[in-house]
Amino acid sequence: MLKIARFLKDYKKQVILGPIFKLIEAIFELIVPIIMAKIIDIGIQNKDISYVLKMGILLVLIGIVSLASSLTCQRFAALASQGFGTTVRNELFSHINTFSYKEIDKFGTPSLITRLTNDVNQLQFAVAMLIRLVIRAPFLAVGAIIMAMILDFKLSLIFLIATPIIVALLYIIMHKSIPYFRSIQKKLDKISLITRETLEGVRVIRAFSNQKHEEARFNDASDDLSKTAIKVGNLSSLLNPLTYIVLNLSIIAIIWFGGMRVDVGGLTQGQIIAFVNYMTQILLALIVVSNLVIVFTKASASASRVNEVFETSSSIIENINNDLILNLENNPFGKALELNIDNKIDNVHTDEHSSKFTHNIIPKIEFKNVSFSYDASEKYSLSRDLKSIILSESLTQPAHASRVSLENISFKIYSKETIGIIGGTGSGKSTLINLISRFYDASDGTIFMDGHDLKEYPLSQIRRKIGIVPQNVVLFTGTIIENMKLGNPELSNGEIQKSLEIAEASEFVDKLPDGYNTLLHQGGKNLSGGQKQRLTIARALALKPEILILDDSFSALDFATDAKLRNALKNQVKNDTTIVIVSQRIATIRNADKILVLDNGNLMDIGTHDELFERCDIYKEIYLSQNKSEKEEN
Amino acid sequence: MNKTSTLYRLLSYTKPYKIYLFGAILSAIISISLTLYGPILIGNTIDLIVGPKDVHYTKILEILIIFGLTIAISAFFQWILSILTTTITQKTVKDLRVDAFNKLNTLPFKYIDSNAHGDIISKIVNDVDAVSDGLLQGLTQLFTGVITIILTLVFMLSISPIITLVVVLITPLSLFIASFIAKRSNKMFKEQSKTQGELSGYIEEMIGNQKIINAFDHGSASINKFKEINSRLYNCGVKAQFYSSLSNPSTRFVNGLVYASVGVIGTIYAILGTISIGNISSFLTYANQYTKPFNEITSVISQLQTALSSSKRLFDLLDEKSEKGDLDNSVNKTACIGNIDFSNVCFSYNNSRKLIENFNLKVQSGDKIAIVGPTGSGKTTLVNLLMRFYDVNSGTIKIDGIPINNLTKDNLRHLFGMVLQETWLYTGTISDNISYGKRDATTEEIIDAAKKAKAHNFIMKLPNGYDTLVSEGGSNISAGQKQLLCIARIMLVNPPMLILDEATSSIDTRTEINIQEAFNKIMIGRTSFIVAHRLSTIRQADIILVLKDGKIIEQGNHDDLLSKNGFYKTLYNSQFAIN
Repeated sequence: MLKIARFLKDYKKQVILGPIFKLIEAIFELIVPIIMAKIIDIGIQNKDISYVLKMGILLVLIGIVSLASSLTCQRFAALASQGFGTTVRNELFSHINTFSYKEIDKFGTPSLITRLTNDVNQLQFAVAMLIRLVIRAPFLAVGAIIMAMILDFKLSLIFLIATPIIVALLYIIMHKSIPYFRSIQKKLDKISLITRETLEGVRVIRAFSNQKHEEARFNDASDDLSKTAIKVGNLSSLLNPLTYIVLNLSIIAIIWFGGMRVDVGGLTQGQIIAFVNYMTQILLALIVVSNLVIVFTKASASASRVNEVFETSSSIIENINNDLILNLENNPFGKALELNIDNKIDNVHTDEHSSKFTHNIIPKIEFKNVSFSYDASEKYSLSRDLKSIILSESLTQPAHASRVSLENISFKIYSKETIGIIGGTGSGKSTLINLISRFYDASDGTIFMDGHDLKEYPLSQIRRKIGIVPQNVVLFTGTIIENMKLGNPELSNGEIQKSLEIAEASEFVDKLPDGYNTLLHQGGKNLSGGQKQRLTIARALALKPEILILDDSFSALDFATDAKLRNALKNQVKNDTTIVIVSQRIATIRNADKILVLDNGNLMDIGTHDELFERCDIYKEIYLSQNKSEKEEN
Repeated sequence: MNKTSTLYRLLSYTKPYKIYLFGAILSAIISISLTLYGPILIGNTIDLIVGPKDVHYTKILEILIIFGLTIAISAFFQWILSILTTTITQKTVKDLRVDAFNKLNTLPFKYIDSNAHGDIISKIVNDVDAVSDGLLQGLTQLFTGVITIILTLVFMLSISPIITLVVVLITPLSLFIASFIAKRSNKMFKEQSKTQGELSGYIEEMIGNQKIINAFDHGSASINKFKEINSRLYNCGVKAQFYSSLSNPSTRFVNGLVYASVGVIGTIYAILGTISIGNISSFLTYANQYTKPFNEITSVISQLQTALSSSKRLFDLLDEKSEKGDLDNSVNKTACIGNIDFSNVCFSYNNSRKLIENFNLKVQSGDKIAIVGPTGSGKTTLVNLLMRFYDVNSGTIKIDGIPINNLTKDNLRHLFGMVLQETWLYTGTISDNISYGKRDATTEEIIDAAKKAKAHNFIMKLPNGYDTLVSEGGSNISAGQKQLLCIARIMLVNPPMLILDEATSSIDTRTEINIQEAFNKIMIGRTSFIVAHRLSTIRQADIILVLKDGKIIEQGNHDDLLSKNGFYKTLYNSQFAIN
């Protein structure tokens, strides 16, 4: 909690002065009952109406000063707490932006979103309360007791007994209800889960006429929630009556013992009224304190969740000292060149298969003994275990291998080659892609791009070299043209048009009522899957990347479009671009210059379609399974 | 629907709990009047404590005993009141939720397909909560507040009408200030929650797609946009918070004014001998309490408005037109041969774009009908019509000579087994999911179905076998395995006809072989509609329906269609000639 307080440093003035102004108000609030006692005692005894009026005006003045200082405090609180929240949000969002895949995977997107919105709001609220109430409420409670002691010490003993009882009551009831609140939240989550499932599965549910079953499930969950809510409601129902009883019993005691004190001349009537007043003030202040405890408990949980994000730094350490690295293709006399010749000798085997490219000595991308494993954080280990069991069984690999997503992989890709990567789910295809873009760092081994260690590049330079079309189609709210300009705001309409054409997207975009300016609703819901996929391809092409990565990017396309698109890529892009195509389908990659066969994190073989069909069992198996039925008929 | 009728309708939900409601009202009246009687008793005792050697212990004791009793009774009824309100609120909320949820199950697919699911969920979760917080609890506060004000006035009048008049004259000031603040802060709050929503949406989109943002090096641009929205949030946040925080100090100020006036005027009257010191004490307590309910009522009113708009959204959902019910004279069809006859079927999702016009097709029992076409060409439309997820605009579809509209929907849907591309499983065990269509299935039947669907092997390898929990969205099993489970689900029901979506884009090769074998097995002897992706299925099909832009443009068998030289041929060549 204290760590997060550093964001308050711009608001020192408000944080210090705010409570002071609040304190002024509280002091006056404590003085009022004494003045009232004086009005009653002195005014009535002396029958002095002008004294009464004078004191009355004093009360009004005090009221005005209280109001003024209180308003000042509220103003400070609003400025400081909102300012604090804004700063934390900005910093947090910027910080999250530095995260690599690994950190995002660790937290999970929904959790990051909650931390950035709800948790920060919670903290912001706590700051406001800190300024407004943290000083005031305890001060009022303690102050009321002290004032009572000053008035009459013996009678104030009643306060010393009553206050702890009220505190204990508040504590017990709060302590017992907090776990219920947590379980209510869980049960509410269950309700929304069932609702979501029902909406998503509406076709299946109705196909099986299982509406009643879903209704029963929902009814049970609702009932469960309602019962818990009633339980906690009944528990907190005790709070008001119990404190009411304690308060009024104390008042009875004040009157009885106060009567005795008046009897012996130790106290006046007006002072008894003041006593009763202080008692009420204490109760009110204590209730505020108990609410504050809740606010700060929540806030400290939020603070630790927010801090956890701040304390996580990206596992990808960017080399910020280096400026852009010159492309070695244009600078063949660089130091890295010699280094690379050595590499070449080491890897003669892999180079054989691409002899026509060996004239270009420096590989575009080179993996040298690269291994990678995902951080086996507790949160995900269960599902991964499960997956590993399934995978290891079906792929007859030792179970321990499942945690290592890639194992000791070496290969070279030369400029302007088209590379296919094939393998089943869980074989490590996407991981490989993630490593090339440096979304993750290799756990072992080195990745070179244009002869330089990937880690030497500024991240933005790597990202500019690579155009990626992700497996999951992602478009952003905004117009089509804004989406196209995602990677480079300077793109001209002509360039965009060209990429849309290559991606077979210009035809449908032109048909849209607003053309390029068509607004895509979140995620592009107003387009079909295939249309969205073509836009993401165009978006990557628009960057004119040196390396184009297509991660299973044709899945939503029908075959005709798929074929046209691949043709367009071949004719218009291939000549200047290294293309990496990831797929599960042989058909998509069989014409590639080189095909990498991955299986359970291992690179099984590299070669052309014909070579692999000859010598790679796994490749052959995949090929046959995909063409079996066709073959049978032929 | 206007506000009064929304409110009325909401209150009608409390009808089953009329007795609770009545009890709550009674408890409120009893506890409030006794609580308010307290200050008078205290005042009376103070009058008996006049000064040294002038304290009337016996009378004080008498009053204090009565006071003690009122405390006990009042506390008891406060407790009852609180319990009853909680119960009414929670039970009403539950009823509302269940009603809303059950409504979902009757809504036409058009509604569910065309409304954002998040929106509907939010209605059932958040809006219902807002109703419970705002409306029901707000109403309780409003009710007790009004009773408190009235009773306080009565008690004050009984002591001194003139001082009461002073109190009543000053109070409007409080109301005026409160409503001024409420107006300003409401506007700001609306602005704030709008901006907050905008920010959340932006966060969700950017962080949810961080990987793309990184890949396109778009980070700094997105941070700048974020900062811009955030600074707008700051501006209206400060105002909203400040305005709303004005109400407490201002009310305290008005309270202070009332307190001072009562004290001063009371004392002057006491000097003149019209009232006693005890009376002043009672009055001071009342003066303190009197403005509080006003404050609460003003804050409740804005809460009520939010709640009313929430309940309006909820009632809008409840008032959506349900799916057409079954005909009264529906036939119950148990045996099914599997002849299907489409005659002159016309259909469109919306009137502006006609999709299917005068479609005719005769399907013989056991036929395989392949539906082919580019993505987004509306291959699911036929499925929607067959299952009566949507109804035809005109024309008829007959199964074994019976128009499907004459069957009950349940009956009709039981005739088909359906495996869709979007595999749907719910959170429950594997065997719960397999037995989804036949809840009384025995373990043997379930295992048998799983074996037929080639799912048994992988299930046995899961940590808890058939009792393994499928987590939310089925994230612990692969897409292909989910598909196998969906097939097992159909195997168990053993329906006379089938609807299959072959799409296997996200399934690895080995699982796919299993799925294909399972598909082939299940299709034997059954009339089947297959959204086909593989050449083998298409060639084997008795009838191929070729779709483009939602319309059925060609139909016939493979050779017919090839010889037609039409769209099918282009499609066929582009798909398979490449290989």
